[in-house]
Amino acid sequence: MTQQELINKLKTIVKPYIQNEMAFQNMTPETDFINDLKINSANLVDVVLDIEDEFDIEMDTQSMEKMLDVKSAMDIINTKLKNI
Amino acid sequence: MENRVVITGMGVVAPNGVGIAKFTKAIKKGVSGIQFQQLLKDLQFSCCIAGKPSLSEELKLQYFTPLQLRNFNSTGILYGCIAGIDAWKDAGFEFDSKSELDFDTGTIFGTGTSSVEAFREAIYKIDAKKVRRLGSGAVVQTMSSGVSAYLGGKLGLGNQVTTNSSACTTGTEAILLGYERIKYGKAKRMLVGSCSDSGPYIWAGFDAIRVTTYKHNDNPELGCRPMDAEASGFVPGSGAGAMMLESLESALERNATIYGEIIGGNINSGGQRGSGTLTAPNAKAVQRCITEAIKDANISSNDIDVINGHLTATKKDGLEIENWSKALNRKGNDFPYVHSLKSMIGHCISAAGSIESVAAVLGLHEGFVFPSINCETVHPEIEAIIDPNKIPKKMILYQANIVAKASFGFGDVNACIIFKKYKHN
Repeated sequence: MTQQELINKLKTIVKPYIQNEMAFQNMTPETDFINDLKINSANLVDVVLDIEDEFDIEMDTQSMEKMLDVKSAMDIINTKLKNI
Repeated sequence: MENRVVITGMGVVAPNGVGIAKFTKAIKKGVSGIQFQQLLKDLQFSCCIAGKPSLSEELKLQYFTPLQLRNFNSTGILYGCIAGIDAWKDAGFEFDSKSELDFDTGTIFGTGTSSVEAFREAIYKIDAKKVRRLGSGAVVQTMSSGVSAYLGGKLGLGNQVTTNSSACTTGTEAILLGYERIKYGKAKRMLVGSCSDSGPYIWAGFDAIRVTTYKHNDNPELGCRPMDAEASGFVPGSGAGAMMLESLESALERNATIYGEIIGGNINSGGQRGSGTLTAPNAKAVQRCITEAIKDANISSNDIDVINGHLTATKKDGLEIENWSKALNRKGNDFPYVHSLKSMIGHCISAAGSIESVAAVLGLHEGFVFPSINCETVHPEIEAIIDPNKIPKKMILYQANIVAKASFGFGDVNACIIFKKYKHN
């Protein structure tokens, strides 16, 4: 999976939760889930669950805490996928 | 100074009509909302009929965002928010998620239990050691105050935002609690009402204690028969009713439509003493609740034109009529009109008091007394006390001045409200 493909998958996952359409359209690895996409902090938990389902991985609490922007989400997913 | 309190908006999600217009039409015609429920049959319930409001996905999206509906599994909160927002809009306020915070308006919106289906989902996950997969909705849906929390956020309410719970008295109690808050100047406006979930998990307990009817699975619309000789138990229902209460001053300032006035009421308990138990009413306390409400409203018992009863279609209907008769000291042809909305929608549990109060105020506002259907042969116990003609079989065009509404609930709790036709003077 290329990094662009991964971003596209993430885009589909976060779409229901975003509250800033402009930032969503221009989503890059630097995009912050809460500050840019305006995702409600409680919904971040749901984003994590949806990522787990999509990639068939499990995120520990530590990874969840780090997952604040697109880049950290990509890193975590990449690491988890490598370890499978 | 005590404020006069008026009703300036109403909303309803009932088994026989969603929205005030459809509901009004249905209750005038005596339309039953009771239907056969295959799910209850599959689960081997004795009573396989129930009242469940019908809502389209399209309608839900007028009140909730797709995000809010994601992983949402709460019929009670859904009904409560729709009825509450409708009452808000009906009172002339805008439904705008970016509206300014309003410290003068609050909500008391009751329920018996919140989102039992979401709770069930959560419990299965917890038992499967999947706590971490509960998601964000578990707490906000299953906390008892879920419905008032959702409403408070949707409308930007800054006064008291809470949920009351007193079994089948819940809805009537919520209205009185909001009324008192405005009367004593703690708020200018209160959105009051109550809701109750649909489905087997909320209705099962009643089926288990055999208070629901098992005799009408083949003819659901005839199932709920308050005051009838063949009454054989209640039919479970669900939904929500809501009212925008407002100080008369605030209503006049806004030039709002006034549906009616609340002139008094009473809330009490029989303390499970005397004839009272956890599930049966102490007759003395019921009568006192009614007489104290009359006293509070500063009227005479002869002023009551219509009784909107609790009247569930169980064997307690006769006792309720006896209590009213003793409390009012009226009987025979001198008894007020008496009817039960449950004949059409079943017993909507914690939503009963609010939906029935909406019906009471609609009748007062428009000048009609809705029919109490399925009361073909008045129960002999009741006929011994009142003239059967006092139970309308068809809608009566009649401009009542005062309607008394009472609800009674498990825990031996009672509430009675006195509604009055509003006259500008």
